Amino acid sequence: MTEDTKTFEPTIIGFTCNWCSYRAADMAGTARMKYAPNVRLIRLMCSGRLDPTFVLKAFASGADAVLISGCHPGDCHYIEQNYKALRRYHLLKRVLGQLGVEPGRLKLLWASAAEGAIFAAEINKFVEEVRALGPLNYNKYPLAVQAHGMVGTEVPA
Amino acid sequence: MSKPKFAMYWAASCGGCEIAVLNIHEKILDVDANFEVVFWPVAMDAKYKDVEAMEDGSILLTLWNGGIRNDENEHIAKLLRKKSQILVAFGSCANEGCIPGLANFSPASEIMTTAFNTISTDNPKGILPQPHYKMPEGEIHIPTILPMLRTLDQVVDVDYFMPGCPPESHQIAAVIDLVIQALQGKAQLPPKGAVIGAGASTVCDECERKRNVKTIKEFGRIQLQHADPELCLLEQGIPCNGPATRSGCNSRCPSAGAQCIGCYGPAEGVSDYGARLVAAFGSVIDSNDPAEIDRILDGLVDPAGQFYRFNLAGSMLKASIPAIRANGG
Repeated sequence: MTEDTKTFEPTIIGFTCNWCSYRAADMAGTARMKYAPNVRLIRLMCSGRLDPTFVLKAFASGADAVLISGCHPGDCHYIEQNYKALRRYHLLKRVLGQLGVEPGRLKLLWASAAEGAIFAAEINKFVEEVRALGPLNYNKYPLAVQAHGMVGTEVPA
Repeated sequence: MSKPKFAMYWAASCGGCEIAVLNIHEKILDVDANFEVVFWPVAMDAKYKDVEAMEDGSILLTLWNGGIRNDENEHIAKLLRKKSQILVAFGSCANEGCIPGLANFSPASEIMTTAFNTISTDNPKGILPQPHYKMPEGEIHIPTILPMLRTLDQVVDVDYFMPGCPPESHQIAAVIDLVIQALQGKAQLPPKGAVIGAGASTVCDECERKRNVKTIKEFGRIQLQHADPELCLLEQGIPCNGPATRSGCNSRCPSAGAQCIGCYGPAEGVSDYGARLVAAFGSVIDSNDPAEIDRILDGLVDPAGQFYRFNLAGSMLKASIPAIRANGG
């Protein structure tokens, strides 16, 4: 870990579902458990509602990592939509890998409404993993790009 | 009365858009009857200084095809924007990067190496083109490659977007008809920023193949299997981009037995083309077991290429991390 990654505070967008994982976060809160403040939680009705566009938008807007969380397999309030989230997560991870985004920047976490402690511990772990990866900086895409010099090899006289 | 002026320009593109324009057959005579063609490098001799000498806004209609790959493209885009009343991003390259936009997977330096220093190139001294070079007769210049390919609307203000690789000829003819009618006061042009010459729905909506519930146990490449000619291709495990692609082509490829590769770009309301396909493909995989899901996904050999073949430069992320980092991002 370099000096930079020690002081770097990652920004993580976390998508939670209304029925399990958001309630796990709620439980962590009401039980006054402390966890790293780097995750900004966004509540959806279901992890199956998570359009992969949301993940790309988070990265494009400067997020260093994205957390997708939902009910445990078999526990989905909408019967099987968290399986859709699971399959999309696997495919999205492959696409992001081809774009050079490290696999550790996208995490899938199942958490029931009773698992506040697990939720908090997993977030702490994730924040440290992302801190080690360093910033992603997708939002630094310079629209007013500078010309590439094409130098590197001198033309022989 | 002098005729309204027409221009067409190509930047980083293949020239297919120009051929598509000529493919409107005798309709091209209507273009000639109603417009004075002032600048169209592929069809007539013209110099940039002639365009520079024109009055601002003096060209009524400019069709621009191609992405912005080098500083010459950027200069002409800004010039033609100034000189044109209506600037149309014409074809996939200008709209979303298209095939030249796939270069955004790699840093520009890697592209130069691939082009000039790989085993198929006889270049023992590793010479790269120099944008400026002093000769005894004076300094000569060639355009300088930019770090990433950009779409036209990432560089200048665009009035209309006309997708397609290339745009279908019947769509081009319809657009030209509309502009001519608008000139004669018989029709109104759509609001600025509109997508013209295409549908608002998806290729699937126009596709005549039969559709049932999709449950995919295996993805396979179309050349390796005998596809049922009547049945939805995606249902047969053939990666078809129809669910996210804008309609307007009359579902040409699926009707001819090939999968849609997405040349008409994102359908109305799709903000990231690839993400929409991740959602569509992900939901039809018939497994809830992570290991089996991974095995099924192995059948998609190049998902980023499948989902961003035409759309990388115009997508939310626009380029790969190595390409961005090489540019100081």
